[in-house]
Amino acid sequence: MIDEMETEGRRRAMGALACMPAGLLAQRYAEVTASAPPALAVRGPEVGLVMLRGRAGGGGAPFNLGEASVVRATVRLGSGEVGHAVILGRDTGRARMAAHLDALWQCPDWRVRIEAEVVAPGLAAEDEAVLDRAEETEATRVDFFTLVRGED
Amino acid sequence: MYVAVKGGEAAIANAHRLLADRRRGDRDVPALTLEQIAGQLSLAVDRVMAEGSLYDPDLAALAVRQARGDLIEAIFLLRAYRTTLPRFGYAAPVDTGRMRIERRVSATYKDLPGGQLLGPTFDYTHRLLDPALAGDAPVEAPERRALAAVEDCPRVIDILDREGLIEGDGDPAGEPGDLTRDPVSYPVGRDLRLQALARADEGFTLALGYSTQRGYGRVHPFVGEVRIGLVDVEVEIPDLGFTVRIGAVRLTECQMVAQFKGSAEEPARFTRGYGLVFGQSERKAMAMSLVDRALRADEFGEERRAPAQDEEFVLEHGDNVQATGFVEHLKLPHYVDFQAELDLVRRLRAEAGQRRAERGEETR
Amino acid sequence: MGAFATTALATAAVAGGFADPVFDAQAVFRLLMGAMAEPGTVADLGARVAAPAPLVPAAAALLAALADGDTPVWMADPAGAGEAAARWLRFQTGAPITEDRAAATFALLPERHDPVGWASFPRGTSDYPDRSATLLLPVRDFAGGDGLVLAGPGIAAERRVAPAGLPEGFAAALAANRAGFPLGVDIVLVCGTAVLALPRSTRVREG
Repeated sequence: MIDEMETEGRRRAMGALACMPAGLLAQRYAEVTASAPPALAVRGPEVGLVMLRGRAGGGGAPFNLGEASVVRATVRLGSGEVGHAVILGRDTGRARMAAHLDALWQCPDWRVRIEAEVVAPGLAAEDEAVLDRAEETEATRVDFFTLVRGED
Repeated sequence: MYVAVKGGEAAIANAHRLLADRRRGDRDVPALTLEQIAGQLSLAVDRVMAEGSLYDPDLAALAVRQARGDLIEAIFLLRAYRTTLPRFGYAAPVDTGRMRIERRVSATYKDLPGGQLLGPTFDYTHRLLDPALAGDAPVEAPERRALAAVEDCPRVIDILDREGLIEGDGDPAGEPGDLTRDPVSYPVGRDLRLQALARADEGFTLALGYSTQRGYGRVHPFVGEVRIGLVDVEVEIPDLGFTVRIGAVRLTECQMVAQFKGSAEEPARFTRGYGLVFGQSERKAMAMSLVDRALRADEFGEERRAPAQDEEFVLEHGDNVQATGFVEHLKLPHYVDFQAELDLVRRLRAEAGQRRAERGEETR
Repeated sequence: MGAFATTALATAAVAGGFADPVFDAQAVFRLLMGAMAEPGTVADLGARVAAPAPLVPAAAALLAALADGDTPVWMADPAGAGEAAARWLRFQTGAPITEDRAAATFALLPERHDPVGWASFPRGTSDYPDRSATLLLPVRDFAGGDGLVLAGPGIAAERRVAPAGLPEGFAAALAANRAGFPLGVDIVLVCGTAVLALPRSTRVREG
């Protein structure tokens, strides 16, 4: 049960690190990791592809839709924790920072700080961008009204 | 027959230099930036990503610039680039039901749950050239309407599905084939057809879709729904055993509803064609869904008579990089082929002349 | 640390890959190509990787160079005794680890096994003979065993080898494999950091 919660927490944090605005990540990373144990490069950052998939009809059998550029990195702390990052695009610096934060997240004392100072603001920025767009789209909603025709 | 011929190196080098010059154009005019292309010609960039089969707006913008705006050339550049990269893996199938909607319309229900959201569409514009756009007139910020929360938009298809009036999505299991990895052999499954259509030439797909409406293949379609927006991409990280979000991509999805009369065994119900394309490209997604439906003729016991129902015809001719390669190769030196044909024509004429002479006819 | 109490395993999985992925992979590829072109010769791939047991260093280097997400690797007991090796391969190559022989592109054979089982690995099809498995078979030594006489492409007349630690019935299995040419599996013997290739085109007899 604790494992599942931990997995879910890490999953959420990795997603936030990958999806938050690049500038915000760089700024938060610089602040948080100023006093952190350094990341030792294990692999990458390197650019490659993932094949994206759709489903026939939206929910049926999967099919290969086309590829997307991704960058990935794996780092290790001196104490052994291994951090991974996979992010759409080709921004190698971003992958290195996200992998380092993922490794630190696994240390209990760092986790609290990363959650509060990186993951939470990252998710908030994402939500704000989503709401922004949604409100612009919402203004283009068609409000149908019925015309009264003839007399009775 | 091809024979290696040396020569022309200087001409080729100078042609490349001339190309670079013409691409740049008047040096007094500022060069286009990739941000300008990605930001202001974004639908061209979307098309290059879709048919280049690589989602990367920055690279697609670079390709558009490098190709001087020749989109098929840009698509070729992107396809060539992708072959140089390792494939790290496969993403989990995207969940378009959780799309963050930027446009969503249905032609089948007026007051459908989720509503009609027009988004940034060319529809309802008058298609009159706007002289103001020749300059840099200021543009208003979009109107907004407050929302309490962003909710998932229900699928139109599910409304019909609840009554059993439309075919369902089918079995979600299975490992799809990949035509970029394995040679295609016919007949193929719907998985490969959808992959091929998603990267097929927009013009070709459009023409085929149009042909189904004009009677070349029976479709009788309604747009159940078109939706455009951002969808999360998730991959499994090797060694961790769970999937994580790695970003979002903009996709256009079309659910085309088509009639099906039913048979002795099955009650009448609607069938569906499906389109899913990188970027904002409603025309392509709609055409794709028409062709997908037409290609399912065998499933519904329909006679296959039209080009859009012939999967080999569609799959073998829809790829514009293949097509342009084969058509354009004709301009490469065929000196020896042509000499052989020239000799043959001369010989045939000479022989025919000789026969006429032998028969005592007058030669011309 | 909950789910990540396995930090040691995770650390082992990400350690010991190629120091220089591009040049190491190219070098291994070139050496393997030479070994395949001249069956029976021993090619030392060098100490380029450090992989967990039971992965033989040469097999690990070969897979690090050739395996990827499109080449399933078969191994015995990937969740048990082979777990560390399986995790290493998954991270280093991206290859799926499979227990289904028919799905394998590469197979990491255990030292003691029955070559009759080779028949269940893919042997290619007449349209695509290349869709076959490459079997990596650990041996004790490339010398000191029973003699084998090799002939065929890449060998001027005959080449004699005597690998030690081959499983019972090895020569007969190779002959059966050869009989289906151009279909069949390719064999790479591995020992330490070195390999000896026996592609399906090679005829093998005892002697």
